[in-house]
Amino acid sequence: MRIAIVDESASRAAVMQEGLAALADCEIFVLTERRGLVARIGEIGPDIVLMDLGNPSRDVLEEYFAVSRVLDRPIAMFVDESDEEAISASIDAGVSSYVVDGLAPHRIRSILDLAVKRFNAFARLQADLDEAKGKLAERDCIDKAKRILMDSRGFSEPQAYTELRKAAMNQGKRIAEIADAVVTAHLLMGGK
Amino acid sequence: MQTELTIGFLPLVDACLPILAREHGFAEAEGLSLRLVKDMSWATVLDRLLYGHTDAAHLVAPLAIAVTLGRGRPAQPLSVPFVLGLNGNAITMRSDLAQRVAQPGKLGDPAAVGAALKAVVEAERGQRRMLRFGVVHRFSSHNYMLRYWLAGCGIRPDVDVEITTVAPPFCADALESGEVDAICVGEPWNSVAVERGAGEIVLATAQIWRRGVEKVLAFREPVIEERRSDAEALVRALRKAGEHFVNPANHDLNAAILARPEYLDGNAGLIRRAISDNLLLARGGQVLNYPDFMFQHREAANFPWVSQAEWLYSQMVRWDGVGYDDAEANLAARVFRPDVYRSALLGTQDPLPGASSKVEGSLAGPTSVSMQQGVITLGNNSFFDGKVFDPNHLAAYVAEQAKA
Repeated sequence: MRIAIVDESASRAAVMQEGLAALADCEIFVLTERRGLVARIGEIGPDIVLMDLGNPSRDVLEEYFAVSRVLDRPIAMFVDESDEEAISASIDAGVSSYVVDGLAPHRIRSILDLAVKRFNAFARLQADLDEAKGKLAERDCIDKAKRILMDSRGFSEPQAYTELRKAAMNQGKRIAEIADAVVTAHLLMGGK
Repeated sequence: MQTELTIGFLPLVDACLPILAREHGFAEAEGLSLRLVKDMSWATVLDRLLYGHTDAAHLVAPLAIAVTLGRGRPAQPLSVPFVLGLNGNAITMRSDLAQRVAQPGKLGDPAAVGAALKAVVEAERGQRRMLRFGVVHRFSSHNYMLRYWLAGCGIRPDVDVEITTVAPPFCADALESGEVDAICVGEPWNSVAVERGAGEIVLATAQIWRRGVEKVLAFREPVIEERRSDAEALVRALRKAGEHFVNPANHDLNAAILARPEYLDGNAGLIRRAISDNLLLARGGQVLNYPDFMFQHREAANFPWVSQAEWLYSQMVRWDGVGYDDAEANLAARVFRPDVYRSALLGTQDPLPGASSKVEGSLAGPTSVSMQQGVITLGNNSFFDGKVFDPNHLAAYVAEQAKA
């Protein structure tokens, strides 16, 4: 079975590819380039196309599936009504799927399930990464605020941190928020 | 108590009314808290609507009919209580082609431009690949208006010229790279192509059908029944947004709002131009004002005339190779819901036409019509070829076009 993964995010496509590689007798093709996409799909002649919902080329590809005589077998999002549930789950996960006519429903189901899992896994990875980036930025900001307090009030580093923590507790805020306020105030007062 | 309503949209100028209803508090005043979900393809806007991620959607009008009739996917009935705008699209051609078929600095007469294009098609027959036009979706007014114009000028779509789908943000790219020779797309994408020197605007779709239906607001039918009062509140809020939108004093402000990253994420100057009916046809030229380029609010422009849905169905039959069917024609007509529009606005100051269907293309100049409430004068609504569409003779219209 030939599976085409169309995704402009190369890292997400890689996560998908890795997950689907576990399937027996499947050949996976990854397409991250918008240019020449339709021609490339024509060459590959896939049985299943998986495409992220954010991809601007979806209308172009759907049009191609609907009218093209290049592909021997028609491709559609729906093979029969029983796909409904699987397709709904994939839309929730953010991936659309197109399947050639005549493919066994249980095979489609297992591939879609796997695709949904990988898509969700990628979303979690992305969220973790964003959180980690946020934490890093917060730590950076706290360091800056400490430096400002050390310079302007002659605190040691532990003292500066204690002051920030006290202010946070008194105001019911997070240390990062207090640190951010200190840095902003310092900038407004002409500091560097 | 605010009720949340989620609306999907594509970043195009004609998504303006839901955006402004939210930004200027018109929705809030009607008890609605609007959440807007931006997507990059009609396929995804539609999927979110059908799978309940959104309650309503900004949609190309023919797509609402195609979904109801089950073209390409299992049928799901959609309901359109409000037309989000008329026209606002243009045809932009590769500069060398534009210069062969149009006069520089003006929008030509559609029949004359068509005749010149036909001469180009004939002169080049067999020499190179067919001329290729890009439209934004198979089930779009862009596609149907372009085809109506080409066919009316003796150029056979799919035989003499190719028509293919190009995503709006890539239209300028596609022109520049020679992937297509012309595009029919909404704003700001024609202006983007012109600014980049990728092409020149040759015609506005308003020249093809002076009052052509464009985007609509679509609900799933069960959702509009279940949330009828919210849908009606939304109609009122959108009418207020339209009133604000057409006031020239608000153009700067509204262009700045639409340009924001969460909405069109575009150039406020280009958007300002489009919403004030101004077009720069070619790079380095003069800005031209074309009244009614994008028609909003006036003449009850948002009223979902059943005859508009029927005209779209006639074109679907004409180009899709699926035969005419009375039952399908009825289903298509019922997608447009003037009953919801009426009950939303009954008793307000907003004008409501007396009829729900009209003979399209029949008015050459201002004509007053019978009203349920208020007064409006309908302006010129003609097709470029002077033909009329009488919804009482839909099957005959389809048969006539099949002969042509």
